Amino acid sequence: MAARALINIPKGARKGDVVEIKTLLSHPMETGFRTGVDGRLVPRDIIEKFVCTYNGEVVFSADLHPAIAANPFVSFTTVAMESGALVFAWTDNHGETQVQTARIDVA
Amino acid sequence: MNETPIPSLTRRGALAAAAGALSLTLVRPARATPEKMKAVIAAFTGGKPVTEGRVKFDITLLVENGNSVPMSVLVESPMSAQDHVTRIGVFNEKNPLPDVAIFHLTPRCGRAQVASRMRLNDTQMITAIAEMSDGTFWSATSEVIVTLPACVEE
Repeated sequence: MAARALINIPKGARKGDVVEIKTLLSHPMETGFRTGVDGRLVPRDIIEKFVCTYNGEVVFSADLHPAIAANPFVSFTTVAMESGALVFAWTDNHGETQVQTARIDVA
Repeated sequence: MNETPIPSLTRRGALAAAAGALSLTLVRPARATPEKMKAVIAAFTGGKPVTEGRVKFDITLLVENGNSVPMSVLVESPMSAQDHVTRIGVFNEKNPLPDVAIFHLTPRCGRAQVASRMRLNDTQMITAIAEMSDGTFWSATSEVIVTLPACVEE
């Protein structure tokens, strides 16, 4: 799984600010309910778990089901505590994980 | 003109038979039902009562394309260590599965606000339920009308 991930974090934040984080992973989120051109069910291929850690601490996570649209978009907020790394991890139903890191600068 | 039509060969009979055969061949995939949604919600809450309120569930009321429908949930909560939202679950009635997503929040979120995009297979009720750190559950429900459903198309 090597999909393109888009992450949107405000450029600068002051300590204590609540910042909105938007994430999007380019992924088909194949439900496993659709039939292909050959009449057979297209096997399920979905992101099941999304986790965001901030300097090593889990601040937000999500369990996703086939009802989430293709190219799963997840947005949430976090309190800007200190400058550091936000690590985003998407895991699919085959157990493969894609990780993307973004930097947050806190003044 | 005294002939009596043989019942099995009338136009009406033939049409009814054809319709019957068609309905047999159109096997639809399994669908969630309001009962299944209730069962999944009961599993989420552990059978505890759910009160309507404190949750603001934002989703378009009329959706042209069910393949990607933006939705967001905002819960009234101070998000302090003592009093915060721990989970937000989103459930539907008529997609193949009743679950949509479960978001796990922490006081580090600062605000109990999440957004995503979901698929809608039909016009139906969508429910968002928030679990608070004190163990109570709060909900908001919205009916969404869908003109082009998702999930089963080619």
